[in-house]
Amino acid sequence: MIALDPLLEGDLLWVPLLIVLVKVLIVFVVGLLATMLMVWFERKAIAGMQNRIGPNKTGPFGILQTLADGIKLFFKEDLFPSRADRFVFALAPFLSFVPAFLAFAIIPLGGDFRGGSSGEVTLFGQVTRIQLADPPIGVLFALAISSIAVYGIMLAGWSSGSKYPLLGSVRASAQMVSYEAALGLSLACVLLLAGTLSTSGIVAAQSTITDWHVVSTGIVPFIIFLIAATAELNRPPFDLVEAEQELVGGFNTEYSSIRFALFYLAEFMNTVTMSALIVTLFFGGPQPIAIGSFVLDIPLLPNALEGTVWLLAKILVFLYMYIWFRATLPRLRYDQLMDLGWKLLIPAALGWFMLLAAQRLARQNGWNIIVVTAGSIAVLVICYLLMQAAFAKSARDRSTQGTMF
Amino acid sequence: MQFFVFVCAALMILLGAVGVIVRKHPVHAALSLVLTLFGVAVSFVSQEAHFLAAVQVIVYAGAIVVLFLFVIMLLGVDRVENLRTEPLTAQRPLAIITCLGLVGVLVAAIVNGNGVLNERGEGINLPDLQNGPDANTVQLAESIFSRYVVAFEVTSVLLVIAVVGTVLLTRKRQVKTSVK
Repeated sequence: MIALDPLLEGDLLWVPLLIVLVKVLIVFVVGLLATMLMVWFERKAIAGMQNRIGPNKTGPFGILQTLADGIKLFFKEDLFPSRADRFVFALAPFLSFVPAFLAFAIIPLGGDFRGGSSGEVTLFGQVTRIQLADPPIGVLFALAISSIAVYGIMLAGWSSGSKYPLLGSVRASAQMVSYEAALGLSLACVLLLAGTLSTSGIVAAQSTITDWHVVSTGIVPFIIFLIAATAELNRPPFDLVEAEQELVGGFNTEYSSIRFALFYLAEFMNTVTMSALIVTLFFGGPQPIAIGSFVLDIPLLPNALEGTVWLLAKILVFLYMYIWFRATLPRLRYDQLMDLGWKLLIPAALGWFMLLAAQRLARQNGWNIIVVTAGSIAVLVICYLLMQAAFAKSARDRSTQGTMF
Repeated sequence: MQFFVFVCAALMILLGAVGVIVRKHPVHAALSLVLTLFGVAVSFVSQEAHFLAAVQVIVYAGAIVVLFLFVIMLLGVDRVENLRTEPLTAQRPLAIITCLGLVGVLVAAIVNGNGVLNERGEGINLPDLQNGPDANTVQLAESIFSRYVVAFEVTSVLLVIAVVGTVLLTRKRQVKTSVK
């Protein structure tokens, strides 16, 4: 029916079914462990940046601190605020938690993609991928899932029946819906070059370092994607959802016990997933670092497993980067956030996409690529000037007539 | 398998649709709408229209209903409405008549188009992409951006007109009150 996995083509048999079940279990457990370690890693790294020690009592280097906190949260009292909408209040944490795990399913977690290999591996005589699912819509699945995740935060804030969570969730939903546009447009640049939606196809298209989409799309879509992804995750400097100084704790103020833990888990799981997605889209996922025909190969390890090592290494870089953002960047003001999203990121992503599309058309039809690029840039500059003129006019109107709302 | 998926999707759609009407609370009604939209997405997937399913979830469930909820929360209409008072007296009889009329039209359309509904469409007919994962998306893009490009562009112009019109209408009212 659906070619989610080469395993599931043809009749459904016991061995493929078992392999899929084991893969589901492994991805789930790895997801939970990754989240646990990410929480510890973030606390430890931030502590280091702020000249503190951080968690150091539970387990070696305090690595079990998250587990201890989780167990503690399990045994706390589960509160329902009296003005809460009980059904939605109970539903919201799951709407946040489940999408966080689902998105991880489409990330290629390993496999040999070198030199245009398909990344398929053979397990117990069955051809499969080191990836839970490879749906035909590929990365669009991640976008769809992240748009579902908005509901978790939005409904959590609303159903609490309290004003600070409501404010937090209204902010969050506006922010996430706005930045989704920039996210999608910068993603479109990658899809334009890869020519496919499937994540394994995108990885297979990035065999050398110059093929990595961060280089081949020009660095701009990557930067836009990184900023929009940070905003989508509600991580600092875009964490207006839980601005402690203004909103107590944000959308999850009224939550306690395991329901709160689910939100917390979802937030960190989303960070891991988004880093993995960035690596998959722009940095070749499980591909090794290769310049021309030289491949940085890890000896003694089979190529398929080596992919997993490379992926982990690349993801760690981005996880560290997110922590670094949190420790160094101050939070944006709300109007700055909206200005950045609508007036800078979306037009820039759209313009860059048009530029890449024009270049691609020129290459296909054998036109002079320099002339086409120059022409496109001229058009973009005119568009930019028009946009600036419009901004200036509206700013003038605002100062003479006041705001119109 | 296909039948099972169809029954599940149909149940989701119908339950959601009934929920939109029956639930008194606007937020619950909006959530029921999400259920319906998901059911439609599931039936798209079972028809192998993966791209449409993704767009259905991203655009309808992910953006439009979020905006509905946003407006409901922002305007503070998230209270249970009193259904006893009626602003327009003829509303209920008219609604019943319109409803019956709509059912009649739908039944007539289905009976009339019986032959067409039972025929199979062309489906995916790109020979070189027959088994590729992107055949669906490619074909959709080709028909939107080549064959039906005018209709597509006209629709987008229509949307822009709607936005501009809304801005204009809200601004006019504001100018009047500020003059007073």
